Amino acid sequence: MLPDQLVFAMEVTLNGLMAGVMYALVALGFVLIFKASGIFNYAQGVLALFAALTLVGLQNGQIPFAHLINAAFGTDLHSFGWTLPAALAIALTALVMVGLAWAIERLILKHLVNQEPIILFMATIGLAYFLEGLGDVMWGADIKTLDVGLPQGISEGIEAVTAEWFGYGFFIDRLDIVATLVAAALVAALTLFSQYTKYGRALRAVADDHQAALSVGISLRFVWVLVWSIAGFVALIAGIMWGAKSGVQFSLSLIALKALPVLMLGGFTSIPGAIVGGLIIGMGEKLFEFFAGPLIGGATENWFAYVLALLFLVFRPQGLFGERIIERV
Amino acid sequence: MRKSFTLLAATALAAATAGAAQADLVVPNLSYRTGPFAAGGIPYADGFQDYFTLLNERDGGIGGEIVKTPECETAYNTEKGVECYEATKGQGALVYNPLSTGITYQLIPKMQADGITLYTPGYGRTSAANGRVFEWVFNYPANYWDGASVAIKYLLDQNGGSLEGKKIALLYHNSAYGKEPIRTLEDLSKKHGFTLSTLPIDSPGQEQKSQWLQVRREKPDYVLFWGWGVMNSVAIQEAANIRFPMENFIGIWWSGSENDVAPAGAGANGYKSLTMHGVGADYPVYADLKQYVVDAGKAAGDGSNVGTVIYSRGMYAAMVIAEAIRKAQELAGTSAVNAAQVRDGFEALEITEARMKELGLPDFGQPFKATCADHGGPGMARIQQWDASAKRWTLVTDWIAPDDAVLDPLVAADSAAYAKEAGLSERCN
Amino acid sequence: MLYREAGEFKTSYAQDSQTFPIWWDRLWYQVALVVGFAILPFVINDYWANAVVVPFLIYAIAAIGLNILTGYCGQVSLGTGGFMAVGAYAVYKLMTAFPDVPILIHVILAGAITAGVGVLFGLPSLRIKGFYLAVATLAAQFFLVWLFNKVPWFYNYSASGQITAPERTMFGIAVTGANTPAWAKYLFCAAFLFALAWIARNLTRGTIGRKWMAIRDMDIAAEIIGVNPLTTKLSAFAVSSFFIGIAGALFFAVYLGAAEVGEAFGIQKSFLILFMIIIGGLGSIFGSFAGAAFLVLLPVFLKNVLVGGLGWPSDLAAHIELMIVGALIIGFLILEPHGLAQLWRVLKEKLRLWPFPH
Repeated sequence: MLPDQLVFAMEVTLNGLMAGVMYALVALGFVLIFKASGIFNYAQGVLALFAALTLVGLQNGQIPFAHLINAAFGTDLHSFGWTLPAALAIALTALVMVGLAWAIERLILKHLVNQEPIILFMATIGLAYFLEGLGDVMWGADIKTLDVGLPQGISEGIEAVTAEWFGYGFFIDRLDIVATLVAAALVAALTLFSQYTKYGRALRAVADDHQAALSVGISLRFVWVLVWSIAGFVALIAGIMWGAKSGVQFSLSLIALKALPVLMLGGFTSIPGAIVGGLIIGMGEKLFEFFAGPLIGGATENWFAYVLALLFLVFRPQGLFGERIIERV
Repeated sequence: MRKSFTLLAATALAAATAGAAQADLVVPNLSYRTGPFAAGGIPYADGFQDYFTLLNERDGGIGGEIVKTPECETAYNTEKGVECYEATKGQGALVYNPLSTGITYQLIPKMQADGITLYTPGYGRTSAANGRVFEWVFNYPANYWDGASVAIKYLLDQNGGSLEGKKIALLYHNSAYGKEPIRTLEDLSKKHGFTLSTLPIDSPGQEQKSQWLQVRREKPDYVLFWGWGVMNSVAIQEAANIRFPMENFIGIWWSGSENDVAPAGAGANGYKSLTMHGVGADYPVYADLKQYVVDAGKAAGDGSNVGTVIYSRGMYAAMVIAEAIRKAQELAGTSAVNAAQVRDGFEALEITEARMKELGLPDFGQPFKATCADHGGPGMARIQQWDASAKRWTLVTDWIAPDDAVLDPLVAADSAAYAKEAGLSERCN
Repeated sequence: MLYREAGEFKTSYAQDSQTFPIWWDRLWYQVALVVGFAILPFVINDYWANAVVVPFLIYAIAAIGLNILTGYCGQVSLGTGGFMAVGAYAVYKLMTAFPDVPILIHVILAGAITAGVGVLFGLPSLRIKGFYLAVATLAAQFFLVWLFNKVPWFYNYSASGQITAPERTMFGIAVTGANTPAWAKYLFCAAFLFALAWIARNLTRGTIGRKWMAIRDMDIAAEIIGVNPLTTKLSAFAVSSFFIGIAGALFFAVYLGAAEVGEAFGIQKSFLILFMIIIGGLGSIFGSFAGAAFLVLLPVFLKNVLVGGLGWPSDLAAHIELMIVGALIIGFLILEPHGLAQLWRVLKEKLRLWPFPH
């Protein structure tokens, strides 16, 4: 039998890795957009909130803008009175996200072609404000329960097996296992898509060099709509995974904060970086909390994630998988 | 640019003053229907607003004076709270109830200076229960330290009067609000011989894996919980996930609403929380609310929250304020009372069981009587338990009184520290 | 027509190098000073001071501070909230430990302490650049907030960890605490803003400002022409943190009067101030003012129009307000991507020629 502390540390490590997958899910959306258009999309968290709100709203047959309509016309509308199956609601929400991506390209990005990154970053700030307000006006600010049939609770199989091996049954949330599988499928699908389809190749070409891509006839605007749609879809997945645990309300948009150290560590331009970065951050912060928390008082995770990222960056300033910075004078 | 800003500002001034039509009784409703804590803020504001609407519609106000409740959105943000306070103060505000620890602390010194009452039932600064120091602040019927003590008393009851050798963990929102009960619990742990461990969770609290793994490892006998917002539902979900026995998991009154247990579904069954008022909609006042407010289309929200825990709490706060205003009218001999008279009303307020019954809320809240020195009330609370299959809370205990022998010195010490820092001298001598 | 420079002849070096070389700019500046210091103090009331003007002044100080670091020296920082917290807690500890020392000195000392902390967290900037540097400042942000929340010494062992500013006076008039008259709050902050803006303007025009800009434009080239990146970057961190520390001290002591670190100085504050300087204009003192005004005044204005003027429900108004602010940010960007300061510059050009377009 292993010493208790070691067994506990193993459990914490496993859970940390799982939490890291959840962070990576959020970080993926950032990476996709940054890679294809050089935009640091501040609105990614709000996008996840908006997607989850839309999903719950559609699923429960809520009437969009009901509050506004009621206030303006004195009506008393609330619900269409239907409940959609989860799969249909997810598909419809994905369509809404595509529409949103199209609108973003049409109304914002088109007018800001060729601007500096900081300006595009700022445009996404405006977008974040706007979407936050829009989500609330459309679906209301109260908390909503998201139920698309994901399993929750302890995985008994793992508990039994580990109890036999180590004398202490590990806790692994089934939701986390699902999230890990979904993340793996997502990364696989994205890789296949970008390697083997026409649009995927267009995407990579644009990521490599905007102007060269334009010159061989790739429509930049189409690629942007495409990449924002994919990012919207990733946001939807992240929103579902996080929302299943906590319900859907404003705080869901704050999950973007958990993705920041992951991005810094993994590099803004690398999908494997986002995954590995997420795993390192998740594991590191949980282990630190486990070992140091009792000594210096808990709730260290928030800052330690950044300190960890900082330690890596001091040795690799471009992030783990970031493109090497070559400086010429 | 500057010119257009002055123009904007001038329009804003016009708009701000235009709204300041003089009403007779003004009770501003600093609410939060947006932001991270909207889920709790919406039903509270609805209940608060609806009760005054009921008084206006059914009784023609209080003592014949219509009550106005200008609503101002704070988003649980202190800076917006300042703006709201300043915007509503000029309208003749009588009493404030901001439902936010941050805004409460920020307003406490201002209330003293401006001569307006601050009423913070079940939240805010606990030591404001000491009326000798905090002239303008009232927090009856119960505060956080009462809550902590009641929870321990309940556990003592459950364990035949002894908690010797038991392990109790406190899981808390890592902020002023969540840190409130720590000192009380530390003193109680010395007195009763249980070991206390404290686990902070950073706001907003969507990620609590570390804390719950620790709970699972250390297997405390009981977990007490001070959370707010999304932290509540996540904690209850995680507790269900690790199969922590839910009946040993007890939340403060802000962690015990329908919103908090709903996402965990059946897993939340048996979860307990403190409450300082009755639950459910089986009180006569709800029939009146339905008749005069909801069905008449005058409800503050969409009517879906009526009868929920937080709604009831908002209504309870409004009821106490209304009674204090009534008392003030009686004392002052006029129905158009001012802020100072309302404060006297709060200080002379007595709510009896008979009065609660008259108000259509029999046995809804505890009877209490305020005095010059006592702004905190008896501090009793009950335990409610969630029944997931019936989807409702049920009361499982009668009123439990806190351990004043432990609390009184703590209140005295904290308020003395405040008095020293603020240069106040004690009243009521 | 309005902004014509024709006929303005500079006959001495002093005239040529003055802060506002154009007569019209000087006029604006002098009018603003007269209005700010001679008229506003007499007409300001509680609502205007507490809800609008004082927060604007304090955010403007913080925005100038961040603009020095990010706009002039090119170092992205997301630690502003944490550094403001250092200022706030420093002034609180100083105020309670030395009640007899004038508050003015406390505020300046708080700035100095923050400058020290800023330099410490600025050290990684020597190795990490660009967006990645934000991680160092974010580490500062979260660590400082955690620290002030965790260590009871910082909040004098109070039960809940809230800090409350005691009353302190200047010339017999309260400037902190609840009994402060509106005009005193206003004047205290306005004086600080004026002095700091003046310092910032002159620093950025001088040797040190040029060094900062050289580093921002291309650090390797700057190093080759003899700009020491170590001292330059760290001096930017120090000066910037000094400003931000003073802003934090005023924010706590004069504006809020009580604060809790996680709520008042959280990551949202860092983002808010970064938005201010981007919207206002990076590398522009005027832009710092404009950005602070945009993000402080606009929501208050919208709220008053929507709730006070049109009588909408407050929650709906709050949601629509967010949408309008977001749409306006995007709108301004499409109109003029380089911020409000650039918009003003373009406007000046237009005014010069107006009403004859050629």
